[in-house]
Amino acid sequence: MDKKVITLTVNGESHRLEVEARTHLADVLRDELALTGTHIGCEHGVCGACTIRVDGAITRACLLLAVQAEGAMIETIEGLSETGEIRDLQDAFRNRNALQCGYCTPAMLITAQDLLLHNPTPDRATIRDHISGNYCRCTGYQAIVDAVDTVAKARQAAGERP
Amino acid sequence: MKAYAFDYVRAATLDEALALLERAGDGGKLVAGGQSLVPALNLRLLAPQLLIDIAHLPELRGITCDDTTIHLGAGTRHVELANSPLVAEHLPLLQMAVRHVAHAAIRNRGTLGGNLAHADPASELPACMIALEAVMLVVGPGGERRIDAADFFKGLYETALGPDEILVRISIPRSPAGARFHFNELARRAGDYAMAGLAIAMHGNSPQDMRIRPVFFGIGDRPVLARQAALCLEQAASLQDGLAAAQQALLGDLDPQDDLQADAGTRMQLAQVLLKRGLADLVAQGRG
Amino acid sequence: MTDPLSPLDRPNSYIGRTVPRPNLERLVEGRGTYVSDMTLPRMGHVVFVRSPYAHARILEIDTSVAKQAAGVIAVVTGAELVEQCSPWVGVLSHLKGLKSAPQHAMAVDRVCWQGEAVCAVVANSRAQAEDAAEQVQVRYEELEPVTDMRTALEPHIPVIHPELGDNLAFERSLDAGEVDKAFAEADAVAEAEFVFGRHTGVTLEARAVLADWNPGERRLTVYQGTQAPHMMQNIFAKHLALEEAQVRVVCKDVGGSFGIKVHVYADEMATAALSKRLKRPVKFVADRIESFVTDIHARDHVCKGRIAVKQDGTITAFAIDDLTGIGPYSMYPRTSAIEANQVVNLVGGPYQARNYRARARVVFQNKNVMCQYRAVGHPIACSVTEGLVDLAARAIGMDPLVIRSKNLIRDDAYPTDSPSGLKFEALSHHASLAKLKQMMDYDGLRAEQKRLRQQGIYRGIGIASFIEVTNPSAAFYGVGGARISSQDGVSVRMDATGAIIVQTSLTEQGQGSEALTAQVVASALGVALEKVRVILGDTDNTPYGGGTWASRGAGIGGEAAWQAGKALRMNILKVAGTILQTVPELLDIDQGVVVDKATGRERIGLDEVARITYFRPDTLPADFQAELLATRHYVPRQYPFAFTNGIQASWLEVDTETGFVTLLNHWCVEDCGTIINPQLVDEQIRGGVVQGLGAALFEHCRYDERGQLTNGTMADYLVPMASEMPDIEVGHVVSPTLESELGAKGAGEAGTAGAAAAVANAVNDALDPFDVTITEIPLTPSVILKALGQRSG
Repeated sequence: MDKKVITLTVNGESHRLEVEARTHLADVLRDELALTGTHIGCEHGVCGACTIRVDGAITRACLLLAVQAEGAMIETIEGLSETGEIRDLQDAFRNRNALQCGYCTPAMLITAQDLLLHNPTPDRATIRDHISGNYCRCTGYQAIVDAVDTVAKARQAAGERP
Repeated sequence: MKAYAFDYVRAATLDEALALLERAGDGGKLVAGGQSLVPALNLRLLAPQLLIDIAHLPELRGITCDDTTIHLGAGTRHVELANSPLVAEHLPLLQMAVRHVAHAAIRNRGTLGGNLAHADPASELPACMIALEAVMLVVGPGGERRIDAADFFKGLYETALGPDEILVRISIPRSPAGARFHFNELARRAGDYAMAGLAIAMHGNSPQDMRIRPVFFGIGDRPVLARQAALCLEQAASLQDGLAAAQQALLGDLDPQDDLQADAGTRMQLAQVLLKRGLADLVAQGRG
Repeated sequence: MTDPLSPLDRPNSYIGRTVPRPNLERLVEGRGTYVSDMTLPRMGHVVFVRSPYAHARILEIDTSVAKQAAGVIAVVTGAELVEQCSPWVGVLSHLKGLKSAPQHAMAVDRVCWQGEAVCAVVANSRAQAEDAAEQVQVRYEELEPVTDMRTALEPHIPVIHPELGDNLAFERSLDAGEVDKAFAEADAVAEAEFVFGRHTGVTLEARAVLADWNPGERRLTVYQGTQAPHMMQNIFAKHLALEEAQVRVVCKDVGGSFGIKVHVYADEMATAALSKRLKRPVKFVADRIESFVTDIHARDHVCKGRIAVKQDGTITAFAIDDLTGIGPYSMYPRTSAIEANQVVNLVGGPYQARNYRARARVVFQNKNVMCQYRAVGHPIACSVTEGLVDLAARAIGMDPLVIRSKNLIRDDAYPTDSPSGLKFEALSHHASLAKLKQMMDYDGLRAEQKRLRQQGIYRGIGIASFIEVTNPSAAFYGVGGARISSQDGVSVRMDATGAIIVQTSLTEQGQGSEALTAQVVASALGVALEKVRVILGDTDNTPYGGGTWASRGAGIGGEAAWQAGKALRMNILKVAGTILQTVPELLDIDQGVVVDKATGRERIGLDEVARITYFRPDTLPADFQAELLATRHYVPRQYPFAFTNGIQASWLEVDTETGFVTLLNHWCVEDCGTIINPQLVDEQIRGGVVQGLGAALFEHCRYDERGQLTNGTMADYLVPMASEMPDIEVGHVVSPTLESELGAKGAGEAGTAGAAAAVANAVNDALDPFDVTITEIPLTPSVILKALGQRSG
């Protein structure tokens, strides 16, 4: 099967890539662009470890063929780290030990940021609900909920300051 | 696992998509959001030769409203349903249901049309379509067809959609004033497919004009309108009075099967409980 | 000058302090290096053709078409790979009578479980290898599978390995005290059959290995997500006909382990053998679908239990008969008899009763292999023990907390032992129980329970006391002949700027090995944590040692780090004493500066000590040689295991119409001795509890009668997710082990040990008005509705 040529903007950089139609975006990010912070845990959309942002919306990279993403703006953990957009979440995860093996963490952070962008004042149940599609086998989730809760409150407090 | 190799083309118009689909024959497969299709591809459960991407067809976009009907483009994403003021105002049942569909990242890409055409028997939205008496507009080489939701779902992953047809739009009658809705499902974990679920639309208050459509999902091979149970309720003096007979009637309306999560007896029990709780909710809404 | 209260009472000590783990920054930025991320030049990807049958003879494998497929480097059958890799037998001599059959890297003439590899396809990409693997034609003759462990020993059932004589892998019996007399004289006897589902670890990063045989160096480098690099080094060497020195095992970031990644997997051995055969790097990353049929499974026990109790609440005897099925082979090298052996060891362990009879049988079956997964045997033993204690309490009408406080081993009874011969140095069952009672407001919950019952809301409280095996000595594996180190080594050196580099034989899979090592070394030395860098997971670059498993990191590797840090401190003070013309005993190190011990007055910075040592040794006396590297090893000798204890409680609601269970709260009080980093301990407990909650409610590998796994995907095998999990309150009692200076015991398995028992007891407590007792996990809605008789149709 002939490869397809696609153009993606990934973390602000434009890439012209030749990909097989069958290749999902997570593999393209990892194998073609060496952005290995996007992890693969199941490849059938269940574990959430490959969650990235596509045109601003969180998306399972394993459930999106790279060809479907033609022309899209992709953001991965590497990009979100460099822009500093989720610095506070990263700090909170570190300080609260909200990660152990770290494999779910990039996707968990991106999912948490998605929640806070849409709902700046989530309660704990809402936080749990929003991350309920992201497997974490190490922490039991409580530390993650704590970390997101801390950041939500800190952002609120910062927003309220004159 | 990686998918089998296949070719891919992004259609620009509905006509182009239909032509591609016709040409591809059995080897063609439509993809919109891909949230059900891509897992199946990655598991090598499907081996299409050509994937036709209809995510960008303008004909499938948009949520509109006229005097009698809400029209939902088949390409409407779950997240758009959840956030649409029109849906919130006129189709609250859909809004209640859509938040149970998987998780945010899936809802961001999954489409209404894809969901309905996939016809997973445990899926929430097909049941809502039957409850709301939706009409599916499908387009094929021979032109347009309109299919009632009740006739659309034919079995496990099976619909009335022909292999050369595309689901374009879903039209749902605006509910009369005072209509009440209930949605509930019993899933082991948030976002999982339910072990049993129930969508109910009802309108009218007096026993003479009350109409109720309880539709169960996750129970059989397709969503099921519980007709006998509905009849029991419509003929009873009140919902509470009709409950026992309606629960009994479910034994005839539903035909649950054993599967991994539950045996048929458990499923029937869950269905009866859902009905009881659903009616209690509707009664409470009536009081409110 | 007075002596410090404890050797741990150091200037700028990090012992007992919550500090962030140093390795987290790269992980939160997505800059970790997991094996699945790695690529090497000329690397091939291997995909295994796996048996669709649970039991079948291999008649023919035709690889001719597959070899022609695009991108294919090699197609190798099990029979062909025997040239590179010798078979193994998973037995240990101290588990008397344990038997197993030789297992190959890939099946040679017969497959014994669905998912066993028969042929390997190596290609330029995973997708190409998968494409070609479908072209490998295997002809099988299906054989009768042995699937039900309850009938596996019956005469009409086929024997999986005829040369072994029967399907019994291992049996152990124990009879302590006067069991028959105790049951005869009991006021009440309760009994039940406890059923435990098979489950598996579901590490979020699947098993991954990248093997690189370099013929030029005649060395094999294996990048592997493993908990025990030195064990793997030995095993790769032994079965690939290499010297150990020819093998290097490197373990970078690991995406979860939980005991799943401490075993020798046939497909990982095959990957290394393929690299040697093909003379190029070969990578294997298990697909999630193959993880479910090849990652070890665990539990799957049926255990009959009896308990004898007096009317005053005194428990006088326990008796159990345990049966477990382990798949077709005992795993290598740790064996698959350990879990059943632990069940025998641990049942009744928290209690004073001296009369105990146990039998455990371990049988072969044609299902995926079983072996040690987090909290090996503990959840079984705890659920049986605590389930029986609740039944006894109910039989005599006693409150569950009261019967426990009457029977738990007294806190002043130590040292003592158990009827099964376990030696307990110092446990704190009663202090833990008292703390739990207060934390959870037991009396308040009981009142709430009573009130809600009148409204038709059924909530339950479940209590589970437990003991946990930690800090295993050579008694665990070494005495049985396995080359699995129970000791750990740590080297600490100071570089030319005064920074500290630590090499430890511990490994890190998220527990915090790196952090605790840095904290201990920084404390022992007297330097800031930021000055300490820890290197681990590399057999070329760390001292020899066991790694991270069986809750041993803090207690064993931590003590080695402490001793090494102390030794380097003395070495540094000798240099400083020489420079300052004083004796080292009058000096100490605080915040990276050598100070007068008595006054704290700053004398010389470590950077200056290092500068003089490395660049101006000419200024030091001719007969003095500075040594700024110290290595120490540690292994417990006095106690074979450092037992810890704890107690958990669950508060939950059962929807008696739907069978759904809602977890409302969970508490765990545990005693792991000295706590190095409170946050890390608490998070180990919480993570462990949630894995136990998964077992209680969700997790179950379900096989059909043909030996087919019917729910082997993430969508069908349910693990706990955030929405259904409660917040978990953790409390501590601290009873340090006096065997080490640090006094730390393990904490990795306490949560998993008792969580399922607490939930099961709480469900039964909630259902008390219905006179229902359920002794089966997972507690699915179906199981609960069935017990309640609430099914229609």
